[in-house]
Amino acid sequence: MRPIRARLAITVAGFGALLLVALVVAPVVGSTAISLPRVFDRSIPFADNLDAQIFFIARLPRVVAATLVGASLAAAGVVFQALLRNPLATPDTLGVSSGAALGAMLAITFHLDFKIAGLPAIPLASFAGSLFALAVVYALATGRRRGLSTTVLLLAGVTMTGFLSALTMFTQYLANFTDTFRTVRWLMGMLDVGSYQPIVTVLPMLVVSFAMFATLPRALDLISLGADAAAARGVNVPRAERMALVSASLATGAAVSISGPIAFVGLVVPHLVRLFVGSDHRLVLPASALFGAVFLIGCDLVARAAFAPIELPVGIITAVIGGPFFLWLLVRSSR
Amino acid sequence: MLRAIGVSFTYGRGRKARDPDVLNDVFLNVERGELVGILGPNGSGKTTLLKLLGGMYRPTNGSVTLDDRPVAEWSHREIARRIAFVPQETHAPFDFTVLDIVLMGRFPHLGAFALEGPEDLAIARRALTATGTAPFEGRAFSTLSGGEKQRVVIASALAQSTQLLLLDEPTASLDIGHQIEVQMLLRQLNADQGVTMLLSTHDLNLAAALCRRLVLLKDGHVLAAGPTEEVLTPAAVQSLYSVEADIARHPATGHLTVVPIRRG
Repeated sequence: MRPIRARLAITVAGFGALLLVALVVAPVVGSTAISLPRVFDRSIPFADNLDAQIFFIARLPRVVAATLVGASLAAAGVVFQALLRNPLATPDTLGVSSGAALGAMLAITFHLDFKIAGLPAIPLASFAGSLFALAVVYALATGRRRGLSTTVLLLAGVTMTGFLSALTMFTQYLANFTDTFRTVRWLMGMLDVGSYQPIVTVLPMLVVSFAMFATLPRALDLISLGADAAAARGVNVPRAERMALVSASLATGAAVSISGPIAFVGLVVPHLVRLFVGSDHRLVLPASALFGAVFLIGCDLVARAAFAPIELPVGIITAVIGGPFFLWLLVRSSR
Repeated sequence: MLRAIGVSFTYGRGRKARDPDVLNDVFLNVERGELVGILGPNGSGKTTLLKLLGGMYRPTNGSVTLDDRPVAEWSHREIARRIAFVPQETHAPFDFTVLDIVLMGRFPHLGAFALEGPEDLAIARRALTATGTAPFEGRAFSTLSGGEKQRVVIASALAQSTQLLLLDEPTASLDIGHQIEVQMLLRQLNADQGVTMLLSTHDLNLAAALCRRLVLLKDGHVLAAGPTEEVLTPAAVQSLYSVEADIARHPATGHLTVVPIRRG
């Protein structure tokens, strides 16, 4: 086996290159054909370069949204799995996405309009919702010292999702017709952000969560072997667990506030990545973030192209891929 | 070297009547190069005592010192550079390789963002060789047998390069083949590499064969402590487990051997 330094370099370079290709190719695909050389032709002024305008203004924001949402959900999935010592723990299966969705729904429906530290109400409410849901599941998991069995964890997630979805529907029931139309589409998981604005808004949250992720990988390796084992190797377990909890909730909250809940990214991506890089979280975490971005860009491409000119919500595509994948994992893990 | 001075411990905060002391005023002393065993029935506080000694829990009262300095003064990493702990069982939810697991022992020696270098790899490989697990360093940890897993986790603890190794019932879930394997390994590590060890066990015969000194623990109290020959008596087994036992020197091994006869 190559030393970790080399494996990390190969992993980041490989998945990074893949993302770069996706970032350039995805905006080219669409109902109007554009030419890449013309897009990057600096001799034509931007105001006259229709291809560049379509690329940068009409299509790239959506691709950038897919990049950030995909990276956040996949990285959060990795953190959840290690924290709860269970490969089936994800933002979706734990009800954390539903918590984020409920938070955002409340903010949208009741036109909450406040700012804390420059952050608007929707992403903040979304973060609060995901932190709440995760805290409940986590309290259940640590209440029993040996961690949760898959059965209990999944049942807790199903219950959490059901409970929070009911509250979401109740909120919707109270809303007026225009808001309902907006939120129904949003709840399906859409990436048509329209401009860079919604992305820029939550960027601070994403930067903080990814900076926190960067401190976690080795502690996550050890925590996945058990809290006592990790403490014996010198991990400050309570602090690492708090970091993991808050950073994963931040990332999920930010992602959901951009796009609505997009299911199964946090499940499919880490598992696929582990097939290539093994289980070391110093490789799995960055690789999942990069590949999560590629995965969601790809799914969104399918969502735009499959029934063109109709654009499907990308959440439908990820669910169609993720559902069977989850069942396969469940069958495999129960063997 | 390692000392528990009047250590008491309570899970929870001890405010309620149902939070009884798990340990009560325990004194214990392990000298450099020793191999000491802690014996006691289920629930007597063996595991808790080890975790207190390993700095993983803080005592409610009393203190734990290593080379006359209180362990509580050190950070988690500083403690882990001095004391390693092998839990009773280790379960990996992801497919870590054996080498992955052993390299995790280097955690307390690395900075927050540092990656293992060639020297760490060399230390890990030496630990693999010392425990006889080198042949399967590339295999997935989860595919190993119980005995192999235990040896790999011991290797991981050795890679921590500590002066002291604490083991919680190292042979509890193993068949006799793997039990003797782990027993030989511990004896050899203690004799050849001078690793100081403190282990808890249910297995009276393992303790008699391996440890020159024993601490008997019952209901969180130290019942007796001293050289194995003096401490391991029918009367001690009677009061620890309510079992009538015959204790004799085994002709082949020369160790004390405990044969339980009846409950009584």
